Amino acid sequence: MIMQIDDQDRRLLRQLQADPSLSTAELAERCAMPRATCWRRLERLQGAGVLRGQRAVIDWERLGYHVAVSLRITVEKSNPRAFDEILAAARDLPDVVEIQTFLGRVDLRLQLLARDMGHYQQIYRERILTLPHIAEIEALMQVAVLKSEDSLPL
Amino acid sequence: MIEIDDIDRAILRALVADATLNAGALGRQLGLSQSAAWRRVQRLKSEGVIAGRRLDLDAEALGFGVTVFLGIKLATRGRTSLEDFERAITAIPEVQAVHHVLGRYDYRLRVVARDLPDFERVLRRRIMTLPAVGEVESNVMLSEELRPGPLDGI
Repeated sequence: MIMQIDDQDRRLLRQLQADPSLSTAELAERCAMPRATCWRRLERLQGAGVLRGQRAVIDWERLGYHVAVSLRITVEKSNPRAFDEILAAARDLPDVVEIQTFLGRVDLRLQLLARDMGHYQQIYRERILTLPHIAEIEALMQVAVLKSEDSLPL
Repeated sequence: MIEIDDIDRAILRALVADATLNAGALGRQLGLSQSAAWRRVQRLKSEGVIAGRRLDLDAEALGFGVTVFLGIKLATRGRTSLEDFERAITAIPEVQAVHHVLGRYDYRLRVVARDLPDFERVLRRRIMTLPAVGEVESNVMLSEELRPGPLDGI
């Protein structure tokens, strides 16, 4: 369901998207809004489930994961359980950080991390190619991240 | 690269789920003293493992009902066209993420829109009009799961 928000909510969420670590007082100041109003609006957005929380962002490079690959998979759909089974198997892979399903040429995408190319090759052979119901698989190797804010154009 | 142990991994998992947890709450959750939890979080931050925070918003409830992943192949080569393309594409507010990749496509994009007609407008007026853009593939996202990745006790 779509929640109706006004310009003040939008301003709040924009500021908070730009810097989630802001305190309510700092946020109120940036939005030129009384603190109590700011707090009440945040409560309302949280209560409605629009503002779900905050997640820490991990820099995997710092932990020694230098390879990131986007695996684009077409699923063999003759078996009605194929999707559920490949999704369940993908969830068991410790090196997978994102799983998306699509309508389009690609059915499924896995974002995979590896320490280096040797490690990637090992994961790919032992754990990816052995996933059930794969019809086609294609890899896009990440060279650089130019934008990754994932923020909404409010 | 820095070495982390199982307690650090547990801290990262907890902060990825909820970045607003303070040292006291983290400590209680993991059986650590508040000061021990604080020291570990500070180290993970100062070493750049925790790169920041991200707001978790319900895009659909805010009226952004469509997320599309795009693969883009450039039609032209040369450094100037590359830089122009990167500058223009990252400036589009609906484009949430831009990754430079190797493989069938040159760039991987995540685009958010209100609905399919809105996506079509962004695609035709903002993206396809960029001179460097060649082949484009769109896959409409149906579902998404974010996984903890290689943080499970190894």
